[in-house]
Amino acid sequence: MSTPNKPGKNPGKTDPGQHTPANHVDDFSGIATTGHEWDGIQELNNPLPRWWLWTFYACIAFAAVYSVFYPAWPIGTSATPGLLGYSSRAEFAANMDSVQAGNQTVLRQIADTPVADIVADPELARFATAAGASAFKVNCTQCHGTGASGGPGYPNLNDDSWIWGGTIDAVYTTIAHGVRSPTDPDTRYNIMPNFGADELLDKASIKTVATYVASLSGLEGGVSTPEGATIFADNCAACHGENAKGVADLGGPDLTDALWLYEGSLPSIQAQIEKPRHGMMPAWSEKLDDATIKELAVYVHGLGGGQ
Amino acid sequence: MTSSDDTSPGILDQHDVQAVNSAKMRQPLYAARRKIFPKRAEGTFRRFKWLVMLITLTIYYVTPWLRWDRGVYAPDQAVLLDLANRRFYFFFIEIWPQEFYYVAGLLVMAGVGLFLITSTVGRAWCGYACPQTVWVDLFLVVERAIEGDRNARIKLDAAPWGPAKLVKRVSKHSLWLLIGIATGGAWIFYFADAPTLLNDVVHLQAPVIAYITIALLTATTYTFGGLMREQVCTYMCPWPRIQAAMLDEHSLTVTYNDWRGEPRGRHAKKAIVAGVPQGDCVDCNACVVVCPMGIDIRDGQQLECITCALCIDACDNVMDKLGRERGLISYATLADYNANMNLVAPQGQIEPARARDKTTGALVSAVKHTNWRSILRPRTLIYFLVWAGIGLAMLTVLSLRAPIGINVLHDRNPLFVLLSDGSVQNGYDVKILNMTTQPQDMVFSIAGLPGATLTIPGAADAPTTQLQLTVEPDLVLPLRVYVRAPKGEREDETDFTMSIANADGTNSVSAQVRFETPED
Repeated sequence: MSTPNKPGKNPGKTDPGQHTPANHVDDFSGIATTGHEWDGIQELNNPLPRWWLWTFYACIAFAAVYSVFYPAWPIGTSATPGLLGYSSRAEFAANMDSVQAGNQTVLRQIADTPVADIVADPELARFATAAGASAFKVNCTQCHGTGASGGPGYPNLNDDSWIWGGTIDAVYTTIAHGVRSPTDPDTRYNIMPNFGADELLDKASIKTVATYVASLSGLEGGVSTPEGATIFADNCAACHGENAKGVADLGGPDLTDALWLYEGSLPSIQAQIEKPRHGMMPAWSEKLDDATIKELAVYVHGLGGGQ
Repeated sequence: MTSSDDTSPGILDQHDVQAVNSAKMRQPLYAARRKIFPKRAEGTFRRFKWLVMLITLTIYYVTPWLRWDRGVYAPDQAVLLDLANRRFYFFFIEIWPQEFYYVAGLLVMAGVGLFLITSTVGRAWCGYACPQTVWVDLFLVVERAIEGDRNARIKLDAAPWGPAKLVKRVSKHSLWLLIGIATGGAWIFYFADAPTLLNDVVHLQAPVIAYITIALLTATTYTFGGLMREQVCTYMCPWPRIQAAMLDEHSLTVTYNDWRGEPRGRHAKKAIVAGVPQGDCVDCNACVVVCPMGIDIRDGQQLECITCALCIDACDNVMDKLGRERGLISYATLADYNANMNLVAPQGQIEPARARDKTTGALVSAVKHTNWRSILRPRTLIYFLVWAGIGLAMLTVLSLRAPIGINVLHDRNPLFVLLSDGSVQNGYDVKILNMTTQPQDMVFSIAGLPGATLTIPGAADAPTTQLQLTVEPDLVLPLRVYVRAPKGEREDETDFTMSIANADGTNSVSAQVRFETPED
């Protein structure tokens, strides 16, 4: 195989005299080989490009200087601190401090402002909602869920039904003092009697009133009877209201709407009258500062159902 | 060197020179760069290159200073990349970040455009319009003005250091640095209001990044244009490698027509008398000394050649003086070159006499001359149609786009909320876009969901189906929208529309939105 050459052209050939062949010299290129060979393919001993070499030297020089000024050489479990005393941990702490310092003014404003006024102030409300959202994720999602939509026994905070009241002040009080908290004297507190377990009502009356309650919201199996109404008026209206629409001040839930803390069905209502289940919520004023509680209240109130 | 040369009775300069980057004398990789001292060329292509340089540099330096009235709410700079506010202004076009596909489209057009240009006129980009070429040309103008043309520069380079050399060198590098500063300085004006920024830069009040940008671009301009020059094209730029795949036998390349040039010789008449055939090349090396890449075009197409065509000018001048046809070095296609080669060298040996008429001495009619028709071929037409198609499609989309917009994000958690009266509420984050430079009165509304109402905390606290609002110019208005639909027979998911329209009804944009309800 001969390379076709145009007339007047000289095939590229380096003068072998330029190189001193320490070992084998490649015939075609005239460049010494490293002596390495793979299946007849030999490695030419070409030098590194200049720019590469200088970059490499510059990196070495940089590393030497860097190791003097920054933490570098390992000593046991630690390392040389470097002349600048730099550490990424300290940098992080400084960053966090500066963020905290930057938020000091607005946090003090929130602490000094009544919670209802925070909602009315767009600037404060925006900050409080964002801060409340992050505090909610840490403290509240365990029971109320990440979407604040709750579950059986844990209220959905997105809807328009509030057992203890849905105004911003009521929400704030509930978060601060909790529900049935054993440690807070000002906690939201009520207890529904054990109508069945303590034999306050006989089985037939419980069934009758349960059927009556189920009828108020049109649940399956609900029948409105005068007997049921009477039993309800005598035993239940004190907390749930004469029209069964609930009494927020006493924490008596509305029994006429479509929302149920526990399951909305006749057997569930009957079981609740027999031996009521009671939820419990911590008094967060014991763990969180007032500004955070206000932020949580603003966030929860703004989820779509606040009154 | 040149004794009583019969082809050049005092009218021709013979240059005793070897091309620096010739394959014949390939340097070992470790060798330092050998300097190239390109001689000034004169001629058609040189004049064309001056013109291109004037146009490209004018565009570069003047563009940021062009004004374009957009009213009081938007900047009046014609071309502005407002990174801080994420807006791109180009005369009558304003592009928001989510419309970046226009820029992607421009890049696709640039890519296809390079295919188109390369397959028709070869490396025209490299030779004429590439910033590297333009700035090296500019730097060479400075170098020639201070140090003189090729011979003077070679002499100065070899001379020992003295006051005269020091003055020349210092002033040359100072001017180069000034050009570098002007280059970097012009760049930053594309990113902020130019007059304001210039004032700030001069009074040392501009942002640090502006000075860093100027410094970086000064350094790269000075290094690439003044110190590295042809090495950037040969070693750093991928284009010489890529473009080999785009050229075909009908692409225009700068070609040494050795079918009429060889055998070359400085003593043509003597040779002819002696019965040795002689080509048109008198081996004056004029093509070598003007080459900014330091190659000898007579070695054939090579990677280093940026097709600046200065060797064509140089050779044409020589041919004029010798009274021969121009085009010993010319833009030619490989197909034409091969045809001519077959004509004069049927046995593989060039016989220049075959190209010429025996009586008149003119080139015979069988000789193929490349002309502009070589650019019209299916491949280039397809490239052009693709290129133009993308451009037209973008223009169409651009002219039809609404200057208002709506983006809707349905809440993921919770998907829906059951309310006390049995109705269902869904929450949405809605963004209303006003992409105009004037405040817009708009109407936000929902449709397609029977009995549904919307509430927007702070804006529409009472249930309604539409809301009048004013959106500030050039801004996005975020809305928290709750849509409530009554209890009733409904699928698990229902689609409905949210619309935003100008109050006067000129524009209307809708978004298809999903309404989620509990499963029964």
